[in-house]
Amino acid sequence: MNLLLLIATPLLTALAVLFCRNQEQVKWTALVGALAQLVLSVVLLLLYNQERAAGNTMQMLFEESYALFNNPPINFHFGVDGLSVAMILLTSFVLVAGILVSWNIEKMTKEFYFLLILLALGAYGFFISLDLFILFFFLEVSVIPKYLLIGIWGSGRKEYSANKLALMLMGGSALILVGILLLYFNAGHSFDITELSQVTLGNRLQHIIFPLLFLGFGVFTALFPLHTWVPDGHSSAPTAGSMFLAGISMKLGGYGCLRVATYLLPEGAKQYADIIIVLSAIAILYGAFATMMQKDLKYINAYSSVSHVGFSLLGIGMLTQTAINGAMMQMVSHGVMTALFFAVIGMIYDRTHTRQVNEMGGLMKGMPFAMTVFFIVGLCSLGLPGLSGFVAEMTVFMGSWQNADTFHRVATIAACMSIVVTAVYILRAIGKVAMGPVVNQDHIAAGDVKWNEKFAAIILLAGILAIGIAPQWLNKLLSPTAEIIMNRINGH
Amino acid sequence: MTDFITLMKHELLITVIIFLLLFVKIGKGMKNENLLTLIQVLLLLNAIAGFFFNESGSLFADMFYTSPLVAFQKNVLNIGVYLISLLFGDWLKKTPHLPEFFILLLSALLGMFLLISSGNLLIFYLALELATIPVAAMANFDLAKKRSSEGAMKMILSSAFSSGILLFGISLIYGATGTISFGELVNQINGSPLQVLAFVFFFSAFAFKLSIVPFHFWTADVYEGSPIATTSFLSVISKGAVAFIFITALYRVFGGLYEIWYWMLAVLAVLTMLTGNLFALRQQNIKRFLAFSSIAQVGFILVAISGNYTAGTSSVVYFVLIYIFSNLAAFGVAAVIAEKTGKENIDDYKGLYKTNPFLSWVLALGLFSLAGIPPTAGFFGKLFLLTAGAEKGNFWLIIIAGLNMVISLYYYLKVVRAIFMDKNENPIEPIQVSASVKLGMIICALGIVFTGLAGKLFDYIQSLIA
Repeated sequence: MNLLLLIATPLLTALAVLFCRNQEQVKWTALVGALAQLVLSVVLLLLYNQERAAGNTMQMLFEESYALFNNPPINFHFGVDGLSVAMILLTSFVLVAGILVSWNIEKMTKEFYFLLILLALGAYGFFISLDLFILFFFLEVSVIPKYLLIGIWGSGRKEYSANKLALMLMGGSALILVGILLLYFNAGHSFDITELSQVTLGNRLQHIIFPLLFLGFGVFTALFPLHTWVPDGHSSAPTAGSMFLAGISMKLGGYGCLRVATYLLPEGAKQYADIIIVLSAIAILYGAFATMMQKDLKYINAYSSVSHVGFSLLGIGMLTQTAINGAMMQMVSHGVMTALFFAVIGMIYDRTHTRQVNEMGGLMKGMPFAMTVFFIVGLCSLGLPGLSGFVAEMTVFMGSWQNADTFHRVATIAACMSIVVTAVYILRAIGKVAMGPVVNQDHIAAGDVKWNEKFAAIILLAGILAIGIAPQWLNKLLSPTAEIIMNRINGH
Repeated sequence: MTDFITLMKHELLITVIIFLLLFVKIGKGMKNENLLTLIQVLLLLNAIAGFFFNESGSLFADMFYTSPLVAFQKNVLNIGVYLISLLFGDWLKKTPHLPEFFILLLSALLGMFLLISSGNLLIFYLALELATIPVAAMANFDLAKKRSSEGAMKMILSSAFSSGILLFGISLIYGATGTISFGELVNQINGSPLQVLAFVFFFSAFAFKLSIVPFHFWTADVYEGSPIATTSFLSVISKGAVAFIFITALYRVFGGLYEIWYWMLAVLAVLTMLTGNLFALRQQNIKRFLAFSSIAQVGFILVAISGNYTAGTSSVVYFVLIYIFSNLAAFGVAAVIAEKTGKENIDDYKGLYKTNPFLSWVLALGLFSLAGIPPTAGFFGKLFLLTAGAEKGNFWLIIIAGLNMVISLYYYLKVVRAIFMDKNENPIEPIQVSASVKLGMIICALGIVFTGLAGKLFDYIQSLIA
């Protein structure tokens, strides 16, 4: 399969949206384009598995390269491994769902869908790039759409949040840029990940470059203490924007931490692993406790995202194959889950016009479908077996436990404790919102969700269940990548 | 004779146009609108003609030299001047002295061409003066506005001052080396204290023209007071030309003093970026805002120059081309709005998107490109500047530059926020943009989008240097 399709389809969709004449056309064009991308990514998954089943053991499949600049050598070098395929699948799911939940957006519809699709384009490009410069290019492509989405269609302190997000992400990018340039000049003038992975840099250099790259990508993935844009950004963004921010954008950082920082600079990763573990353990616990204090549904999910994404980083820091595998699973699982969470919050808000937990109650009577989904996604968040969250977090913990020394054990146990806290805040929120006495009769009268919202919820639910009930397919997809990264760390 | 014509083609073409305009002025038979169209066509033809028959060679005992690279640099400036004639059409049509404006502008351009081509300190000085004095007259073109005269006055005084310093430097160089020809100077530079002193004077004249901190004080006032057409010419064309000759002078003539000017460049780059950015944060007037942002941009150019000759030149030429599109897009929109409504403050731009989506997108594209955000060309331009700067392994400079990109994003986004997000009770009414202005804006927008993705262009520039 030609991976350029993954860039061309969203690009064409975005352009087509620009040329639409009215709102209806815009919406349908965007939806059709997004569905086409969904089909593409499913086909990609099937073809990928087919190739693997046929015994193709190349690290990257479907590789292509188009020269952009000769000197410095910058190529559109594309290729996918299991991790990329999983992330592409995630992106296309969230895009379709995001378009569906924003079906009734009135303000500047055309621009909204254009930016949303541009955001997806950046994510696809990022996940298939094997050239650091192009990877960086696509990472940056997604910053401005986020800024505009939050600033124009957001709510609350939207300008402040949008600014904070854009500046913090740009700050992270600046670090990444310096890291990439250092790599380029010290590893034989190449931006190519496959070539760079053949080079082993001196320890001192790795110790300098790794923190730059890891911190830079860490800003994107809410590494403590660089997470502060997350709560503001997520809560101010429009529903689809939050879904994308939490579901995809934060994963760009995690992907970069793994693919670029850890994979290319294994010695650096070993050197700083303990610090990563400490920071991510703090993020997990701090995020969980901070969520307890929140009264706004979006803030609840935003802070809980900080906590959940912490598991990914914890898995990376643990440096065992199982833990890294778990970290990647958590990236996918949390992506689907949090997107669905924000989607449901959006559905509730559209009907109740409030996100304050205190002002809601007994919504199960008025919107049984939305509340059922809310229940399921909540249970997924607290790690109920049979849903995706359990599988991913369990894998991380198992991998972490393989490190037998006290430090790692303590960190693992501390991270595990957060699950209890998660259960408290999730059950409390669900109990208050869905159950209990009806607080406001208007909320009940607003009725249940429409077809588009149902459709959005169902495809994301399908994702959660597919990972939760039969995790093997995802595991099969991801474990070769984990193995390759581990081999690199162990110096094979 | 044929040598003379092919090698000096760019200069001769400009001279011919200047003479044509003089005759038009005497003849007095033409309406402003027709005349402007004529000028636009001439400049377009001139820009196209510049791309053909470019050879290397020198004339007048090596006083004047040219090469495909120099020709390309001149072409870049030609494109910029053509765009200026398109973008500021609304204002130009109304000015009662249209031919004079272009005579002055093209004289300055001629000076810049000679500057880029100069192979001798004498012609260098003459060309620099020719490139400066007409601009001071252009700054005074809004005759009704007091600020315009004030700007012109400031410009002429401070440029006279800097010329004085430059002349002093040149005479010291001559005293220390006994020659004024670039070709011979290279071998005479040995780093003696007198030479270093002379070089510092020489350097500060460049610093003044490029508005490098601490020689930048004239910039904001002159930019604000001048008509926008002049401002954009100053900030884009004039800076580009001086940046081109600056690299050549540093590496080709004063290469022997590398150790000294490397640190000067690095420190001044940091100061320039920081000062430009920090002052831009607080500006309300869009012209002053762009003035300080252009100071900051020069800081990035200095970073690239500090790397090495090949990488520095290629990235600076590439960046200046992109900068022409980006900055002219921003200035073009500001000019249209100022011309139709008289509003020049960023606060007035609130809610612009509701009423003028086309202008808003052009301005936003320009600003994103200036901020260096992909997929605009500015991203590639900035990154190549930084990559060139990293050639020497001075990564602290790159880190500071990277952080400055974040600061600059903050103020560019301030304008974007005003346009797209802020509410306004009485926003700027819908503006009818005339066809030629629209054409200019579309060229700028296309340039911003495609210059970066057309990687062959950068390869081509590099092939010129070799």
